Amino acid sequence: MTQTTETPMVELKGVKKRFGDLEVLKGIDLRVDRGRIISIIGPSGSGKSTLLRSVNNLEVIDEGQILLDGVQVNRPDLKGLAFEKHINHIRQNMGMVFQHFNLFPHLSTLENVTLAPRKLKGVSTSIARELGMELLERVGLADKAQVYPSALSGGQKQRVAIARALAMQPKVMLFDEATSALDPELVEEVNRVMKGLAEEHMTMLIVTHEMAFARDVSDWAMFMDGGVVVEANTPEHLFSHPDQERTQHFLRKHLGTQG
Amino acid sequence: MDFNLMIEIAPLLVQAAWVTVDISARALFFGFFIASALVVLRTSRIRPVRWLSRAYISVVRGTPYFVQLLLIFYGGPAIGLRLDPFTCGVVVGAFNIGAYMSEAIRGAIESVDSGQNEASRSLGFGRLTTLQYIILPQAAGLMIRSVGVLAIILVKNSSLVSIISVVELTYQAQRLIGSTYKPLEVFTLSALMYIVIIYAVMGIVEFLYRRATRYTFL
Repeated sequence: MTQTTETPMVELKGVKKRFGDLEVLKGIDLRVDRGRIISIIGPSGSGKSTLLRSVNNLEVIDEGQILLDGVQVNRPDLKGLAFEKHINHIRQNMGMVFQHFNLFPHLSTLENVTLAPRKLKGVSTSIARELGMELLERVGLADKAQVYPSALSGGQKQRVAIARALAMQPKVMLFDEATSALDPELVEEVNRVMKGLAEEHMTMLIVTHEMAFARDVSDWAMFMDGGVVVEANTPEHLFSHPDQERTQHFLRKHLGTQG
Repeated sequence: MDFNLMIEIAPLLVQAAWVTVDISARALFFGFFIASALVVLRTSRIRPVRWLSRAYISVVRGTPYFVQLLLIFYGGPAIGLRLDPFTCGVVVGAFNIGAYMSEAIRGAIESVDSGQNEASRSLGFGRLTTLQYIILPQAAGLMIRSVGVLAIILVKNSSLVSIISVVELTYQAQRLIGSTYKPLEVFTLSALMYIVIIYAVMGIVEFLYRRATRYTFL
């Protein structure tokens, strides 16, 4: 990836994370420039989800630095409420989409989208409503605004979850296996929404099992295994002629089953 | 069965039943605050506070309500705690049910999917606002039925305050038996009144449960 002098949107420097004795991230460096889309692939247990979750501090890293638009996310120097305030503010600039959607079941689709802007940014109900409808329109679910999540399909739930994350107008979107829990026929509708975001130059970090999608949508692809980045390259290169044996082996296994 | 007698004493029992409802409702109301406080204290950062609140719950759950009542009413004055019978019934009832209710509330909060917390935090909500907007509204639906069961136990337990001579349903029944010598009629009627009260409680609980969880039916 060409390095620019511009402040990267997301930057990881020597990130390490342990769960007990198990080191799941063994010193990760990563730079995501504005408007770039990075896919992270790898076998389960490779640390790719932990890496993504570390970016917005859902996992607390043990060593290293994470920066969002030049501002340090992890702040070992801040304790208690001071850190809480810091991280809440940082998180408002990052949208996260989860494998299991995690929509709020007690709120309607529209309320799911408008809750954060209303309560965290003090946006008025009517303006939040307008914004919410706009976002639901964008993910093709304006007609479901008043419906509760229990009445939505998996694909629809995930599209609402994307709209909910976008409602805070984040600088970067993090996708943690956004389509892994979906029936195959529902994957496409979510991918379409993500492609739409890519076309609008949203900065995105995507952890995925969808090799074809990763190849298609991203500017840069990373293969992780055993807590390290084994190989990172343009998707054309990484998916067509990977340099590393482990990457070749992984892709053979995956592309063999997925086309 | 002497039905005429039953009709005759009904107003007196209804009056006493109202005391049963009153004492139970107050105990439930204050018990809810005690329970909420215990939920918070049990997760306190200060170890002795955590320890004390757990010890309190263990003591209450490990002793009979009847003994707690006698202890506070008869033992209280020795340490300067003088309560009139009705207040004593409310206070002991509230502290007793509060301990159980705190477990019900904690259980409900813990059974809300952890993904809800993560989703909320990832949007930028803090610990408390997450609790307020995301966790508690969902926990409410989960706790209402178990709190309802506790409310029913509270109503039934309130018959025990007759021992400290609060004129509630059971005490009044015993008094009426003293003057009429008709235990079958009097106790049948008072039992029926307990049933009415408890079914009313169950109705309210079901109504609240449906309201709190209506999103799952829509």
